[in-house]
Order: sequence, then C-alpha cells, then structure tokens
Amino acid sequence: MNFEYKVEGGDFTHAGYASSQVKKMLKQLGVDVSIIKRVVVCLYEAEVNIVAHAYSGVIYIELTADRIIMRLVDKGPGIPDIDLAMQKGYSTASHAVREMGFGAGMGLPNISSNADVFNISSDVGVGTTVEIMINLNAIAA
Amino acid sequence: MEKQFFHHALKIVEEACIGCSLCMRVCPTEALRIRDGKAHLIEDRCVDCGECFRQCPVNAIIIEQDDISHIFEYKHRVALVPALIHGQFEHDISMSEISAILKSMGFTWIYEVEHGAGVLKSVMEKLITDTQTPKPLISTYCPAVVRLIQVKFPSLIKNFAYIKAPLEMAAYYCRRVLRDMGAHNAEIGVFYVTPCAAKIAAVKSPVGEESSQISGVINLDVLFNHISKTIRNKSEYLTSEQSAVTLSPSFMLWSLTNGEAKNMKGNTLAIDGMKNVIDFLEKLEDDEITNVDFLELRACDEGCAGGVLLSSNKFLVAERLRKKAKNIINTNSRTKGDSTPPIEAYNEYLMGKVRIKEEIKPRSMYRLAEDRDQAMKMMQRSRRLMCYLPGTDCGICGAPTCLTLVEDIVRHRAHITDCIFVRHNMEEKIMLDPETSRKIMKKIWGNDNFEKNCNKKGAENESN
Repeated sequence: MNFEYKVEGGDFTHAGYASSQVKKMLKQLGVDVSIIKRVVVCLYEAEVNIVAHAYSGVIYIELTADRIIMRLVDKGPGIPDIDLAMQKGYSTASHAVREMGFGAGMGLPNISSNADVFNISSDVGVGTTVEIMINLNAIAA
Repeated sequence: MEKQFFHHALKIVEEACIGCSLCMRVCPTEALRIRDGKAHLIEDRCVDCGECFRQCPVNAIIIEQDDISHIFEYKHRVALVPALIHGQFEHDISMSEISAILKSMGFTWIYEVEHGAGVLKSVMEKLITDTQTPKPLISTYCPAVVRLIQVKFPSLIKNFAYIKAPLEMAAYYCRRVLRDMGAHNAEIGVFYVTPCAAKIAAVKSPVGEESSQISGVINLDVLFNHISKTIRNKSEYLTSEQSAVTLSPSFMLWSLTNGEAKNMKGNTLAIDGMKNVIDFLEKLEDDEITNVDFLELRACDEGCAGGVLLSSNKFLVAERLRKKAKNIINTNSRTKGDSTPPIEAYNEYLMGKVRIKEEIKPRSMYRLAEDRDQAMKMMQRSRRLMCYLPGTDCGICGAPTCLTLVEDIVRHRAHITDCIFVRHNMEEKIMLDPETSRKIMKKIWGNDNFEKNCNKKGAENESN
C-alpha cells in the first residue's frame, strides 16, 4: 500500500500527523510495539526536520506485510555537509526552533540508529531526500 | 495470548434502551454499536470509563453492584469509604456520623480508603528516583486508564508503575487487623464504596492480579441516598459528637486530580478527562514528550470527584474536599477511642503487598487478525471500502465513524450496505431495491423509530 502526506515548512503545530496515521496502521497489522516505536521515532524526527528546515515536503509511505519504506522528499536549503549533520548534537536549527524544544541535533543520528536501512542525499539549494526502511518482522531483542 | 473475556460493571438494559446512539458517539474506544434499535457493547473494547453511562438519557446503562444483604454472609463487615463522601454533602458531615449510619446498615468497621495511600507513596517515590525504570512512570491508580492503555496504547504498558490502589492496601490492613484479633479470613467481608464503574471492574477482574482483597462493592450513589435520607429524618445524627478527622490533608485529596502527582518528587504531571488522557498518550507514544518522571492519569474530570456514581457536581465536590483538607489540624490514622493498631504499625507487612506482581497484558483493539498477511489483506480491503463511504461519521450505519464501519465490515461484523450513502447510490443505479434498503435501515434502528410516537421526549404528549 502506498500513502502520501504533504508537510508544510514551519508548521510545527501539525507536525506528527503522518506518524500517527502510520502508527495506527502498524497497530492494525499487529506489529511488535518496539518496532512500531522505531518507525514512529524515525518518521516523526524526519517529518520535524522538514518542518524545521525546509519550505515544504512530501512523505511517501510504502507498506507491505514485511517492511515499511518511508521516503521524505523536501524542497529546502539542502545539507552542505551530511557527515557533519549526522553527528550527535550538531544542529543548524534557528533559535526560534530550539525555543520550541526542537533542534537538539539528535534528529538524523536518532533516525539512523532506529532504521534498518537509512539513506540521505541532498542538493544544496534544492532539497533533501531521506529514505528509511524498517523490517516489520524482526523479533524484539 | 491476549485475554478474551473481561468483566464489565456497565450493563445495557435492553428494554430501557431507545437506541438513541448518544453512548456510541461518546465512547472513547468505539466499543458501542446500534443493532435492532438497541445499543450493543463490544466487550473486549470496553474500558469501563463510564462515558456512556453519563450520556444515556433514559438510564438504560446501569452499573451493577452487590446486593447490600451480601454483607451479612460475613461475621466481620468492613466498609471502605472514599474521602469523596465528605464532598457529597452541602453541610459538613463528620466521619463519625457517616460511620454511625453505615453501622446502622450492618457494617461493623468503617475505614477510610485513603489511609492506604501512605505505604504506596514511599514505594512510588523510590521507583521515580530509580534510573532503571522507564520514564515517565504511569500511575496504575485509575483502572479505566490502565484498561485504556491495554487496548489503545499497548507500547506504554512497560511504563506502568505496577502499584496497587490505596483501596487494596486498606483492605489488606483491615483483614490483617481482624485476623490478628482472631477472625478467620472467610469470616471477613470487605466492601468498597465505589465512585465509579471502573473500580468495580478492577475489583471483579483485577488486571495483573489473581484476585482482589475486596469481597464486594456498594455504589456511592446508594450510600449517598441512604445518608441523605437518614440525616433528613433524624436530626440527632447532625448533633452527635464530632470525632477528630483522621486522614491527613494530602491523603484526603489523593483521589482528586493532582492527588498523586503533587505528592511525588521529580517532574510530575496530572491529566484528567478521557479525551485529554488519550491526546496525551498519543504524544507520549510518539516520543514527543520528554522530561516527565511521573504521570498521573485519571479518566474523569477532577479525578474521582468526577466519578459517574457521584451525585453532586464534581467541581463542588472537589472544592468542598479541598476546603475540608485545608482545615484539618488534628490528624491521626485511627478514630478516637479506637484500640486497633494504626495502619503504620503494619507498614512492613503492607510493603510486601504493594507491587502488582503479574504482568499487565496488552489487548489491542486495533489488531485486525493474528496472522500478518491476513491483517494486511483486511487493511487493504478496509481502505478500498473507505473510498465509497462519505467520511461524515453520521452514525446512521450503527457504527460511530466511517472508519469503524469499514473495520467492522472486514471483521464480518457489518456490511457495506449498512451505509445510507452507499445504499442511496446503489438505489440510484438500480442495484438495490428500496424495500431491501428500508429493511436494512430497520435492522439497524429497529421498527419503533419509524412509528409515530407522541410520548417521546420533546413531543406533543411527552411522558416517560
């Protein structure tokens, strides 16, 4: 099944819609709670990244019985140095964003540690694409 | 395996139900449907919160209770009374007056539930400061919240504090005292005066425990009526000697919102009201909430003051209780002239009883099928079906929302033609004859709703 959710840059109030929809679907499928948690953490963090940094974006969800692929494509400033952005604690979030409790520099590292497959590519001045795959069958450790 | 059967204190009286669907529309776990003009409960979804009971305009939803005569099956008859009882009356009624009335009903020992909070507090504090326990720690005080998390937020079960309610502690204490005085356990009946349906369900089928220490329940409204009648008829009860208030202020307010949270160290938060609790748990489940150590969640507004069995306005009850707590000077955990050892004397014994030992199990209401591929197929089908439904959540199909209808359809509990919009389209395309369409409508709403009836509420000759 394929789903698409649009994300508006700067709209923190409505961030999290996609993750709550996905969460409900995974519950319907009876996916292990620890895996649901990993999916939701990844998706929410990635969605907030678009809200905090980009102008707009689209979340593409591809769901099968075994795995979920989440592709988040945004139009935004892009990331000049991805390795730096992947470092824990590194953040370019504005003061205003940090005031709201976001922008601790944990987003991307958090996604990568929760995802089974994580890919990120970016064009400065164009936008960033994040791809996350999580296996839904893994037994919780 | 998830448990299949749950005891519910809420019952629908079919003869009284007019199938108005108000209950179905407020149920936070979508546990109600309309069929044959009556409300029907899907038992494994119900969390006993009592929202339906509040809404019912014809009192067709009742809360079961034990017949008061059952107390006489025991030699020692203990009444565990919640402090809330003090907030029920406009005039201050002392514990000794309430005791006198309860004794006249046949009870031999009247004890306030919240004395049992003392032993919990210290254990809870230890858990909060323990870095090993998942945070936020979620209180297991409100049974409706515990059940809600089981059905709707199973990933948060690991956050439960696994601590019994003050009620169970008070019951352990009373039983122990009576046993120490020579009574046999079988001779002791401990009856709880309950402010809500969820507490009854918790007593009858405790979550994470084999059995409760409580022998039976008396609904608070019954006691309220009894006390009201007695104090109206016998003025001497109002003038009887005033005993010292025995609960400490913080224990007296334990059942109100913030009753627990205010007494705990660390970052604590109290949330009341079913909708607020659900909204917050959604966020918590998504990892959007950080820096909370302890969460007190209550299904009712104003905590137990908003319990469905309370007769007075919840805001007044809470306010009266706060006022009373403020004026407490003399606290003592036993009644004046009482020779029984106080609850503190049994601290060590009770400490061994505080923790809920068995695992609290999930019983997800969302899961479509045990088998993943099967669930996937059902989900795909429900999403395809959703294309044909209006998304207006009108409830005319007998389900609360379009989404619940499609889920019911894939679970073989309903049919796509239950939707009046679908039927309308099918009739237009001559795929369904109007007679069949009318039959479906009557199958959902019953025949009576199609008859002229001038006795109904708001009609010409209203009478009930």
